[in-house]
Amino acid sequence: MRPRPGFVLEVDRSTPPTLMWKGEGFGLVKLPPGSRVVYAPEPFEALEDPEGAIRHALEHPTGDSDPLSARLTPGMRLTICFDDISLPLPPMEAPDIRQMIIEAVLDAAAAAGVDDVVLIAALALHRRMTEPELRHALGHRVYDAFAPHGLLLQHDAEDPSNLIHLGMTKHGEDVEINKRAAESDLLIYVNINLVAMDGGHKSVATGLASYKSLRHHHNPETMTHSKSFMDAPASELHTANWRMGRLIRDAGVKIFQIETTLNTDTFPGNFQFLQKREWEWTWKDRATFMAASKALDAAPPKMARQVLHSIKAPHAMRSVYAGEVEAVHELITADVWAQQGVAVEGQTDIVTMGLPYISPYNVNSILNPILVACLGLGYFFNLYRGKPVVREGGVAILFHPTRPEFHPGHHPSYIDFFEQVLTQTTDPVVMHQQFEEAFATDPWYIHLYKTGHAYHGVHPFYMWYWCSHAMKHLGRVIIVGGDPATVRRMGFHPASTLDDALEMAKDVVGPDPTLTHLHTPPLLLADVT
Amino acid sequence: MRALRIDRKLTRFAAARVASAFGAGRGAVLGPLRLVDVTAPSLPSADWFPVTPIRSGICGSDLASVDGRSSLYFEDIVSFPFILGHEIVGEMVADGIGADGEPLLAGQRVVVQPVLGCAARGLELCPACRAGDVGRCGCLTHGHLSPGLQTGFCRDTGGGWSEGPLVAHASQLFAVPDDLSDDDAVTVEPMACAIHAALRAQAGADDTVAIIGAGTLGLGVLAALRFLADTGRSPSPRRLMIGARYSVQRQMASAFGADDVVEPRHLDRAVRSATSSLIVGRPTGRSGVLSGGSDITIDCVGSAESIAEALRITRPGGRVVLVGMPAKASLDLAALWHREIELVGAYAYGTETVAGESESTFHLALEMAGTVGTGRLVSASYTLDRYEEALAHAGSAGSRGAIKIVFDVRPKRAVSQRED
Repeated sequence: MRPRPGFVLEVDRSTPPTLMWKGEGFGLVKLPPGSRVVYAPEPFEALEDPEGAIRHALEHPTGDSDPLSARLTPGMRLTICFDDISLPLPPMEAPDIRQMIIEAVLDAAAAAGVDDVVLIAALALHRRMTEPELRHALGHRVYDAFAPHGLLLQHDAEDPSNLIHLGMTKHGEDVEINKRAAESDLLIYVNINLVAMDGGHKSVATGLASYKSLRHHHNPETMTHSKSFMDAPASELHTANWRMGRLIRDAGVKIFQIETTLNTDTFPGNFQFLQKREWEWTWKDRATFMAASKALDAAPPKMARQVLHSIKAPHAMRSVYAGEVEAVHELITADVWAQQGVAVEGQTDIVTMGLPYISPYNVNSILNPILVACLGLGYFFNLYRGKPVVREGGVAILFHPTRPEFHPGHHPSYIDFFEQVLTQTTDPVVMHQQFEEAFATDPWYIHLYKTGHAYHGVHPFYMWYWCSHAMKHLGRVIIVGGDPATVRRMGFHPASTLDDALEMAKDVVGPDPTLTHLHTPPLLLADVT
Repeated sequence: MRALRIDRKLTRFAAARVASAFGAGRGAVLGPLRLVDVTAPSLPSADWFPVTPIRSGICGSDLASVDGRSSLYFEDIVSFPFILGHEIVGEMVADGIGADGEPLLAGQRVVVQPVLGCAARGLELCPACRAGDVGRCGCLTHGHLSPGLQTGFCRDTGGGWSEGPLVAHASQLFAVPDDLSDDDAVTVEPMACAIHAALRAQAGADDTVAIIGAGTLGLGVLAALRFLADTGRSPSPRRLMIGARYSVQRQMASAFGADDVVEPRHLDRAVRSATSSLIVGRPTGRSGVLSGGSDITIDCVGSAESIAEALRITRPGGRVVLVGMPAKASLDLAALWHREIELVGAYAYGTETVAGESESTFHLALEMAGTVGTGRLVSASYTLDRYEEALAHAGSAGSRGAIKIVFDVRPKRAVSQRED
């Protein structure tokens, strides 16, 4: 059966309440009649033979590239880089897509007699993955073959001895990336394109870069002019990455890019109701919803987090392309839009978003307040092409408890950012000028990034910068159910219920506002006309 | 005349300790403090003068007395019954002489430097008093006065929490300039403590200074460090950091010139950031000792926890200044030993050597009170009748939006209250 496309529902009196995520839990919310709800397309069918599709992609490359087998020669240095823990969301059921691709690549390398092979997790400034996380991404066979021999590495953006400065773009941007990867005879990058902003030149130019390089595009100016991250031609972030990527190519780095799409089958078994349309819930779905929502509400946040983070998504591979970076990326981005795109006519005064428990930066961790802001204003707000779902000067209403909770091991600099920076300013430009460098060069954060499982010291700034465009665009941000002091510290407005939030929003957008709800997850991309 | 007096009644001290479990200052209800009619103290000798209090502050040490929680160390250097109150601005009842030998006229406002050193006791000056370090006087039980480390803890002198006169020795009296408000003046004594502590810290221009506690003393030390630097008397520290729990404290700390005002529970991390240190140990565990830390930490709380924190956040070879009045404390001194941290006490005042010049701490405090406007610290004033409310307010000042609570002890006078 052909999966149904996404669509925009107009709420009327007969419309059942809408599922609303609120962190480590969810509930049903009655939206005002006349509101619109944007539903994601149903998950596309999985590829029947993903291993076969991978082998086909490797041997029938896209763009100006020879087949992989022709690029593998005995005695060469081969480096295989792969996306880290931030993708996909939630983590997928085994076997992970990276495992399938890397096993195929390694088979090809073995057949060609390639001995010098190193795997590198492309962390950029993300936290290092734990052994269980690496085993899940790569499979036990790959992990056991490489890790004990020191051949499974995690990119270290703070290791000058393993970084190489390839030059500067015409715009004065330093391009400094992983030395082993850059100096290999072939760099294979294994990408998971969960959303349209993933992949392309961003894979190497960001995933394997240093702070010196990243700071040129991870800044308020670039982020404000990325409209949106999901629409590369309109994204200054992507434009900068493309400049850098082409410099990397011109510097002689040989890249064989493998990009993949997944379908949006996000929740397994009993949690499938979370991706169904409410009026299609069965009796069993309703019972499961009742039991799950009550149990999660009653559970301490830590326990609820453990339950939810144990969910593995039944994502299945939808497409795979390999070869030259830009050609591969063009095809894969079209596939992402095909799976996730929804046509939305006209902007709205108010956009509502239920924020789930997970974002790219808190897998097996806590969605702290800065990540709440980033998920809502950096990610969900930017799930559009054309123009934002909400009009300029409009209001975003987020649902999340926004507790002042932080994972001290994963997000140590976030704690200090919350206490030392957000107490002084919420302006991305001001914090960029006054605080960023101190955090970026702080020796303790660097130590924890290099040796522990901590995000880099500068990372909370980047998360805040991701919100730049939304913060400039919106007239007000309201968080329903958010801890009042925490929400206010971030410059937002707390509300206890949707009704309260709507009253507060009317101060900004006037009476009788239009409202659009983004019913995600599963992921959707709004094509706003 | 009416006064708030502490009598030596062990059962009441015990009751006060129990009551104070419900909050500092709650010992006033059941404890040894009573509002009683007393006769004015007599003048011990010709160089003593009567002073009628106008305002008298409530200090942490007063609350400890009211709550029966003072260290036993003080038992031999106080004499019961005593009228509390050692932060005093008052009026001369008759003409007299001040600490500098200048004449003081009847009705003139004075602040009382309360330490009862050798001069006040009619003794030949001990080495400390001779050097002007009256706070270090060891003769607090001798001479023609009963034991008492300060006015407000001695049965012969009276105290500031009194509607009638106390008596003060000429060496204790400092004229208040006309342009100094009563609120400014009543903070002179705690500001003198703060200045003394700030100077004991010996902060250099490259130093990062962390202050634990943002009550009157913590804010005062902060203001003193800035005042001393602004007037060229000592270097301006590279960075001044303070942990302040309550909004009113944070606002005042910013107004007094702190570079960083943070939640107290976050002070260790703020110091770590400011000094580019590492936290020794796992980041997910209990916050550990810093690899570096502040050059100087000034503890204005004086609890076992605050001293332990000071030792954790002070760099090896650094200095911890203990300003908040401590009592019996159980704490691990391994860090002090291992990191060779200097632990320095800072009590009271006397004569300071600043920029090569000797100056009375009280003169410095009078100047600072006017320059900084430390009267801003006074949040509310009460009549003696409402002493239970006043002490409860003082005991929970921060959470009730206040910093310094004072008694307004002038009889039959409209009393202002600026609570919350």
